[in-house]
Amino acid sequence: MGKQLRVDPTACAGHGLCAELAPELVSLDEWGYPIMPDRPVPRALERTARRAVTDCPALALALTRVP
Amino acid sequence: MTDSLTLPGPFPAPVPAAGDPMAAQFGGLHRLLPASGAVPVDLRAHLDRYGALPRPDGPGRIIAEVEAAGLTGRGGAAFPTYRKLAAAANGDQAPVVAGNGAEGEPASSKDRSLLWISPHLVLDGLQVAAQATGSRSALLYVPRRRQLHQRLTEVIAERAAVGMDTARVELREAPDRFLAGEESALASRLADRPALPSYRPVRGLPRTGPGRPVLVQNVETLAHLALIARYGAGWFRAAGTADEPGSMLATLHLADGQRSVVEVPIGIPLAGLLGFGGQLPLPPGRAGGGGDGLITSAAGPVQAVLVGGYHSAWLPAAQAARLPLANAALRPLGAFIGAGVVAALPADRCGIAETARVARYLALESAGQCGPCFNGLPRMAAALGHLAGPRPDPWARADLDRWAGLVTGRGACHHPDGSVRFIGSALRVFAAEAGLHERGRCSGTNPQPFLPLPGGQPLDDTDWS
Repeated sequence: MGKQLRVDPTACAGHGLCAELAPELVSLDEWGYPIMPDRPVPRALERTARRAVTDCPALALALTRVP
Repeated sequence: MTDSLTLPGPFPAPVPAAGDPMAAQFGGLHRLLPASGAVPVDLRAHLDRYGALPRPDGPGRIIAEVEAAGLTGRGGAAFPTYRKLAAAANGDQAPVVAGNGAEGEPASSKDRSLLWISPHLVLDGLQVAAQATGSRSALLYVPRRRQLHQRLTEVIAERAAVGMDTARVELREAPDRFLAGEESALASRLADRPALPSYRPVRGLPRTGPGRPVLVQNVETLAHLALIARYGAGWFRAAGTADEPGSMLATLHLADGQRSVVEVPIGIPLAGLLGFGGQLPLPPGRAGGGGDGLITSAAGPVQAVLVGGYHSAWLPAAQAARLPLANAALRPLGAFIGAGVVAALPADRCGIAETARVARYLALESAGQCGPCFNGLPRMAAALGHLAGPRPDPWARADLDRWAGLVTGRGACHHPDGSVRFIGSALRVFAAEAGLHERGRCSGTNPQPFLPLPGGQPLDDTDWS
């Protein structure tokens, strides 16, 4: 059981904070929109991921459980 | 047509297609549309031919029958219909049942033809779906066409007057947008908000905002449902293949520009459907689809076939000539039946230019909600436009490949994925043509657009209502 970082693409406005706060997890495409990791977030990075979720100005990120 | 494929019941067998010489030729069917052509079927003729709907014997029975029939959604996704019915029947509250006739696909006209010619079958299906899911409210979601609305209003009123429907049926307008029929966009429209797709991380029926679940079924799917309720799964399966049973409506675009809506069993050979003959070598200096030469047809030589619509894929004509119209054969090649569009691109057109026109349309039809789609599709359309022109950038194809990877899978709906699939298929099938363009040549000799796009007024970027 892991956790996955997901973005609601309709809410994301491309601020790019997530890539600054969690560069190990998120990179930006050439237009400034985040590319999410396709694998569950490693336990050691869960705090970082949660920070990206709470600080997203558009509230577009979520850390969800995956089976 | 074999006996098992004709409709059972106390009505005259469909007469051989008088106004429809092609139907007999390629084995067309007349389950949904009458053999007599495009004359609308009124309530009396409808009941004479099909009889009244049987009384429902419990919601579970019909859902089991639909499962046994193997009916799948005819709007494009081919999702098993019984699974949606079961989800709606077992939900926390009764759904609104929506007959989806938005048909945003510009190359498709089968839903509008069905609604015009056989509206009672669709409305019967709407009642069957409502009964199966314990719903008393239903609606038809139909493009803004005055005549069609007028006729459907009359038909709905006529049925209400004789008291044949248990669920009340409303008529709702679909905006003229490619994505208007996407099911979350439809649900949004029902809540009087713009018809925009929404992000739904958890699968399930869409809802009107926080409100009621909406059971969305394509209007053709509903018409099949009306016949399964009458004649059962065995009858339904007498047409089609074991894995993809039943018949389907297809919108044909022949190489001479003729368009028609036909009903065919799933699995019918594309060669027969398109009247294909033998193979022709490519004339010197020409680059037809796939480089495998041209296929002759009664409507002229064909270089490539678009199956499914603008979210599906091109196939070289020589390859299409060996394929049935079935997802089992098409999916491994990146195409699918989709909404039933089958278009034979004539030899005298440029496949890159045709795709570039459509790509531009698809880019403008992005709802603009998701960054990768909003940014990526216009760039891809522009690059393809350059590639279609006389002196394309040498890096246009590399750009297109990179953007395809960046756009795919990153939208709330399937629009970016489908558009990239369509563009990618053109870059494969018309690779030789793209190479010609890079050397400053083009083998197209006829600049007349072939694939249809909504014409007339410029696209308004903001109207989603």
